[in-house]
Amino acid sequence: MTDTKSKGTKLYKLFVYFVLIALAIVIVVPIAWVFLASVKGNAEFYGNPWSWPKSFHWENFTSAWTTAGMGRYLGNSVFVTALSLVLLIIIALPASYVLARFRFFGQKFWNGFFMLGLFINANYIVVPIFLMLLDGDTKLQQLIGHPFFMNNLWVLSLVYASTALPFTIYLLSNYFRTLPASFEEAAYIDGAGYFTTFMKVMAPMARPSIITVILFNFLSFWNEYIMALTLIPGDNKTLPVGLLNLSAAQKSAQNYGQLYAGLVIVMLPTLILYIMVQKQLTKGMTVGGVKG
Amino acid sequence: MNGHAKRTRSVFITLALAPAIILMTIFMLYPVLSVFQMSLFRWGGYSADKEFIGFANFVTLSKDMNFIRSMQNTILLIVLVTVVTLAFALVFAAILTRVKFLGVGLFRVIFYIPNILSIVVISAIFSAIYDPSQGLLNSVLRIFHASSWQGVQWLGNEKLVIFSVAFALIWQAIGYYMVMYMSAMASIPEDLYESASLDGASVLRQFFTITIPLTWNTIRTTLTFFVISTINLSFLLVTAMTGGGPNGSTEVFLSYMYKQANTNSAYGYGMAIGVVVFVFSFALSAILQAITKRDVYEF
Repeated sequence: MTDTKSKGTKLYKLFVYFVLIALAIVIVVPIAWVFLASVKGNAEFYGNPWSWPKSFHWENFTSAWTTAGMGRYLGNSVFVTALSLVLLIIIALPASYVLARFRFFGQKFWNGFFMLGLFINANYIVVPIFLMLLDGDTKLQQLIGHPFFMNNLWVLSLVYASTALPFTIYLLSNYFRTLPASFEEAAYIDGAGYFTTFMKVMAPMARPSIITVILFNFLSFWNEYIMALTLIPGDNKTLPVGLLNLSAAQKSAQNYGQLYAGLVIVMLPTLILYIMVQKQLTKGMTVGGVKG
Repeated sequence: MNGHAKRTRSVFITLALAPAIILMTIFMLYPVLSVFQMSLFRWGGYSADKEFIGFANFVTLSKDMNFIRSMQNTILLIVLVTVVTLAFALVFAAILTRVKFLGVGLFRVIFYIPNILSIVVISAIFSAIYDPSQGLLNSVLRIFHASSWQGVQWLGNEKLVIFSVAFALIWQAIGYYMVMYMSAMASIPEDLYESASLDGASVLRQFFTITIPLTWNTIRTTLTFFVISTINLSFLLVTAMTGGGPNGSTEVFLSYMYKQANTNSAYGYGMAIGVVVFVFSFALSAILQAITKRDVYEF
């Protein structure tokens, strides 16, 4: 009896391992293949796709970096992601704090206002935002002689930060609600004003939540492309839009090595970040949020 | 509290809230309202004159075969992605929480990777996989049967391509939902399983009588996520990978909206599509919530 049972569990374990490894292969192999393909010569793409690179064509990376402009796009992406994150935290943190810890006239209304924002996905409002900025530029053209809103990485960052506000405020104000009131009382007794109490006592305590917010929004800002594609039609593209152009160009130019090198340039920062913080990311994920 | 202190308090509250409220109003509230407003107008874009036409855009929409096709494609994707991802994610989550063996953490890390990649990256990876002559998929299939897999057009065949898109979406989503279910399953007390196996319940039976009922609330919540994220991600993936083609066979709700508005400059018509999709996603989520309502089991 015990013998057959242990044999059964062994078989079951073996089967489970097999299934797990199968899924892992389906996920890892395409990504690893891109890394290998990024150092292959162009001629090698016409043979067996599974062949090992004959020699390392690092020039794929230099050509993606300079000729295809990925280096410049990387700079733009770093700028937009960093600026959006800074704006988001500066704007969301005080708002979340006040919404969570103060009683005031209209508090319920503003809470509901931000909660409703959770239902609005940026994909629905790309077009009206585009039209609004275009309209603003037409008016500016008449007024001061040159446009401002379109093709502007600062404006794009502001749009990113704004569309991330509802979820961020939801997350941060939930965190502030869990803190005991004694911290503020002690600060007030010591003579600290509202502003000092917030800056010196409460904001530092929100650090774990702020880190979660930064991780999630880093990924969504870095990976975002439809807003960037629509609002930056000029040369100041971000990395995913640059990659989109590169894969469109590749269809006619057949420059595969350059394309896969470009892919690696886009993937690598997120993969490195993920490996460093994967525990925190998957733990924080369970507090909610839907991708896309 | 005296008058001065009261005033500094309101000044602080106002200063803390104002930037967030202003940005939300400009970049979310106003655009959402203008989606609804524009849907009632005929507006060709470059001309400044908008003509109020009431619900005429919606009437046209109900007869637009391209729109109906995008709707069918979207619904097919929602069903496929939800059913397959849900099944896989639940089973893998149950395995990784229940079976104790080496490398559980590593599998969890690997399965989540697709979720951190940009949709543009995923679309480029799957273009390489689906390539008919040098693609990874056909070259693997050729090992099993040399001639019949010669050059299957995974993205070129109008009947096949929607399933190719669905597979990429599922590949992307499994890890995300798996982690979600794992955290729900981790809180199920171990002794429930112990007493079940003492009673002779098989692993499969335990899965259906303990694991599923006790994670039901999380499953219900994720159903809404599936609807919303499939509508959004199918748009992003299709726009990057197939452009809605070949011949409209992968056109989805929002890609059709984007095309009508940005490419055709039929802004009013495009926004009418936006309104329909918005209402559709709300209605479908509400229906799913209603029909999956069960008495919650406690433990």
